[in-house]
Amino acid sequence: MQKLGQIALNQTAYIDSIECEENIKRRLLELGLIQGTKIKPVFKSPLGDPTAYEIRGTLISIRNEEANRIIVKTR
Amino acid sequence: MGLTVKSTGNQVFSKTNKKKYRYQIAIAGNPNVGKSTIFNALTGMKQHTGNWPGKTVENTTGICTFHKENYLLVDIPGTYSLMSNSEEEEIARDYICFTPLDATVVIVDATCLERSLNLVEQIMEMTQNVIVCVNLLDEAQKKKIEINLKKLEKILGVPVVGTIAKKKKTLRILMETIEKTVKSKKKQEGKIIKYSQEIEEVIMNIQNKIEYHSSQTSLQKRWCVLKILDGDEKIIQTIEKKQQIKIQKNEELQNYLQKLRQQKEFQKQYIRDKLINTIVKETEEICKEVVIFHEEDYQKKGRKIDKILTSKIWGIPIMLAFLGIILWITIIGANYPSQVLSAFFGKIQEYLEAWASLYEIPVWLKGIAIDRNLSNRNMDSSCYATTYGNILSFIYFIRGLGSFTKNCI
Repeated sequence: MQKLGQIALNQTAYIDSIECEENIKRRLLELGLIQGTKIKPVFKSPLGDPTAYEIRGTLISIRNEEANRIIVKTR
Repeated sequence: MGLTVKSTGNQVFSKTNKKKYRYQIAIAGNPNVGKSTIFNALTGMKQHTGNWPGKTVENTTGICTFHKENYLLVDIPGTYSLMSNSEEEEIARDYICFTPLDATVVIVDATCLERSLNLVEQIMEMTQNVIVCVNLLDEAQKKKIEINLKKLEKILGVPVVGTIAKKKKTLRILMETIEKTVKSKKKQEGKIIKYSQEIEEVIMNIQNKIEYHSSQTSLQKRWCVLKILDGDEKIIQTIEKKQQIKIQKNEELQNYLQKLRQQKEFQKQYIRDKLINTIVKETEEICKEVVIFHEEDYQKKGRKIDKILTSKIWGIPIMLAFLGIILWITIIGANYPSQVLSAFFGKIQEYLEAWASLYEIPVWLKGIAIDRNLSNRNMDSSCYATTYGNILSFIYFIRGLGSFTKNCI
């Protein structure tokens, strides 16, 4: 078990659980970050926060604060 | 600024409302999928469209005339979902749920169908006569993404139309589909999502405990139960008010709910997660069936540019360099086209002066009409034209480059 924020660029991980605040969690679920979803950090912004992740064929960027509350597995 | 009173405010509403219309159609969709572009093309309005998400924050209306019939089109704010508590989602949800609509067009992005279908499923859960419009087919083609529209139509059980906003012909097909839908006597319902057996049982139980208003469709009844299960009090209050049914004062129901919530899997958080999970999984399945990626790494090109422009080392220097180039062009580079324009206006002035002397126009008149006017305008306009022209074209160029900024949440 690792936090999403700790995953190195271009390494694939799978979502296990989201421990963010309720509203943010909801938004992330609706964007498709449900359990078992493949997610891959593809690049960081110049100052390192936020990071862009590839998920379900699109890119979304997530702040490190939230990424550190998303628990992932690297299978 | 994009959000002026003119583009979003009441003015638009009152102006178009004076015209009579027969059908009322809502246009929904994710942010940045070309909703406003299609809306403008259909209504002939010039509402501001922009290349950033969340541009429309209020409902805007316009009239579209097709086969001599007036349709009131309502452009509702772009959202990814209709479950959260943000303002635009509330506006969008309340509008779709509580307005007697003749049809709802959901515009989806062909380049990321999966994300868009989530919204389609949610809308199909709450209203009848849904039409899915798969937009940006040209972009999808560029990325070598193929979508089987026929199959999608079959799976969803509602009409599916493919469009390219720039091509009028595709929009006509969309209007024909809308016409067919609103004129058919029976309202269509798509295939709605079935949840797990235990949830479906609970849905039935709750449904039996509510006294509905006679006008409510079975779809509305079900949706109302789902919202009760979800436990969002704000929506429940709205439902009570708009559909005139008792929920919070229904003792039998409240007792049942209280007992239900004691089970772990029916506590608010768990059930919410479960409902969303089911929708997301469903859309995943649908996409596996209808979307074919002919090129695995279709996002590579856009990403390469993004990677360089946002990299730690190169990001800021490149931005400064760009600004430098723009400045150089506006200050020094613009002189060359300016000179050409200057020369052009100079020539006109010469001709006019020659013409003036030929017809013996008084000197004072000539001074006002030609000399002062032209030589001033000559300087000004040639400078302005080239300067602004340059800045604008650069801004458009840069805006078109990245996809990174477009996908931030």
